[in-house]
Amino acid sequence: FVSLSQLQVLRITARDEVQLTLLKDLSEMEYLQLDVWMETTDLPTSVDIRVPFTSLQTVKAFLETEDIEYFIMIKDLQVMLDEEKEQMLSSARATAPRTSDDYDYSNYHTIADIYAFQDMLVAENPNLVSKIVIGQSYQGRPLNVLKFSTGGTNKPGIWLDTGIHSREWVTQASGTWFAKKIVTDYGRDAALTAILDKMDIFLEIVTNPDGYYYTHTSNRMWRKTRKPNPGSSCIGTDPNRNWDAGFGGPGASDSPCSETYRGPKAHSESEVKSIVDFVKSHGNLQAFVSIHSYSQMLLYPYGYTRTPCKDESELHNLARKAITDLASLYGTSYRYGSIINTIYQASGGTIDWTYNQGIKYSYTFELRDTGRYGFILPANQILPTAKETWLALMAIMEHTKDNTN
Amino acid sequence: MGWTLLILLVVLTVVHGNPTVMVRTGSGPTVGFDQHPNSVPLGEDIQTTTEVVEEVMTTGVLNPSHYPARRAATVVQHYLNTRYGSPYRWIFLSTVHSGSAEVGVEVEDQHTLGSVSGQCSAELFFPGGEGQSAPQVQASCEGLHQSNTTAQEEAFYQQHRASNNLVSGNNIPDSYGHMEPSMKPFWQLGGVASSFIMLRESNESTLYNMAQVANFTQLETEKDQLRFNYHVLLHEMISQEIIHWKLLVTWSPEQGVQVLQTELQPKCHHCEAPPNTTN
Repeated sequence: FVSLSQLQVLRITARDEVQLTLLKDLSEMEYLQLDVWMETTDLPTSVDIRVPFTSLQTVKAFLETEDIEYFIMIKDLQVMLDEEKEQMLSSARATAPRTSDDYDYSNYHTIADIYAFQDMLVAENPNLVSKIVIGQSYQGRPLNVLKFSTGGTNKPGIWLDTGIHSREWVTQASGTWFAKKIVTDYGRDAALTAILDKMDIFLEIVTNPDGYYYTHTSNRMWRKTRKPNPGSSCIGTDPNRNWDAGFGGPGASDSPCSETYRGPKAHSESEVKSIVDFVKSHGNLQAFVSIHSYSQMLLYPYGYTRTPCKDESELHNLARKAITDLASLYGTSYRYGSIINTIYQASGGTIDWTYNQGIKYSYTFELRDTGRYGFILPANQILPTAKETWLALMAIMEHTKDNTN
Repeated sequence: MGWTLLILLVVLTVVHGNPTVMVRTGSGPTVGFDQHPNSVPLGEDIQTTTEVVEEVMTTGVLNPSHYPARRAATVVQHYLNTRYGSPYRWIFLSTVHSGSAEVGVEVEDQHTLGSVSGQCSAELFFPGGEGQSAPQVQASCEGLHQSNTTAQEEAFYQQHRASNNLVSGNNIPDSYGHMEPSMKPFWQLGGVASSFIMLRESNESTLYNMAQVANFTQLETEKDQLRFNYHVLLHEMISQEIIHWKLLVTWSPEQGVQVLQTELQPKCHHCEAPPNTTN
């Protein structure tokens, strides 16, 4: 707590970008203990800096050297502090979080926010979390995967992905929460700790970044990738029809204008191919969970054929356990079964491919809700959704660990 | 104060027409309504349809955890909304049971959270043939009227019937799932009105929900009916398409919700309409 008599407030007028940048640099010099308040980012802009007495000489010298206008405000500092506190509270969401503890998990975020979150999490947990860039989206965005590992080489792995369909916003939001949950629980929760001691977890939160960006800027209902299709004015391929499993068969569209367009060929989309390459080169994934919304379902292969997968009995029983655990939290009820029986025939789907690669515990979730809000799930349901889903994921991961050498 | 009913629905059997008619190659919207050149046909691969038919035809009873039961029950949900829906009563399917006539009704309002149980049984007929027509539903429900929404409906009606302050809104809910409380009844009314279209457009290969109210505008009250133009986005689950419709909607507590006109909107102006899709 700084005594008010030891503070001076300088009001600075930044004339251009260069000056703004300089002020930003100044504010980041932690030893000066400055509090900077900027009203707008339009130029010229007024910036108030509360300067502890001990830093005053340094700051003034800096401003004068850089020819930045300022004057000392003679003002009731307590009033000003109160005003500032009020402003900060009301714009809390606009201020970038400084740590993953400050991050607002109960809201939807832009891709920039999520990417910044990923870097923060890695920086805060360097011994547990690393970021792997497995490829680039069509528009050149990095495809980031967080690796949670307690060390070792080629440990068996669990893969989780969210956001492969960009409009399913509760999934990216949940994925962000899962990431934080893992670092929070390691060393505190016995079950999660046991899983991570034996296996690595890979989490791709924004699996379709181009689409996600597009849902923020242009069309909230966009599902597919954003790669153009030659000879058509329609853009995008459905990344969950683009995998090499039953590709070309019924359960996907061959029209670029369709939301379930399979693409020109299997793995044509970099967002898909990058995961394919990762899975193959890792070679030791034991579980693969791809998360969607909405419908409240837990699904296992196959989607492209009615032939039951050979592990159907085990997958069915595990699914039952997982959704029972899920329901224990808020009573949310899920249906479960094979894709083709429970929701529809779909070819070229993710978990059909991963299962055929030998990843037995291949599951797809469809999170909340069942249609009332659909894709536009209110933000106040993010945390309950993430928390209940986590219980189901834990059931799957524990079973995987117990059945992995 | 808003009321939402969530219905646990029972569908006993789904009665099909002539089985050869089940095979559809995909066609435009329902005969008798607006035929738009850009309409999105919801075709189905012949093989798939046949498989579905076989499952139902051999058992005669739907497996409640498989999708045919769910789709049928959703159609019944749409039907119930056309009959009983209002700005304060938007009915939702909760769970499908088979072989018994049990319905649980969950009522949600802003002050208390309670549940009311009732009973619904339904029979559903998907006619086939050229010029597909809407499914035919017979449903009887007990207990549906146990939640009394009359007072709110009446208050809402009185509040909006005078034409000196016509309401409008857009993006309900917004991208974050948020809506102003005053918009909620208009959202629900949009959902109920959409049920008319969703019912009409439904078949064994569709599952509709309303995704969003893009916008609505209140028009002058006529013949004691509140009147609105609505632009709604429907989500069709099997094709995953977002389908835009414009509707002319009227409502009063006495007459209920009526949809006077519907108009399918093109997917996007410069896009080609997808040909028959193999979903």
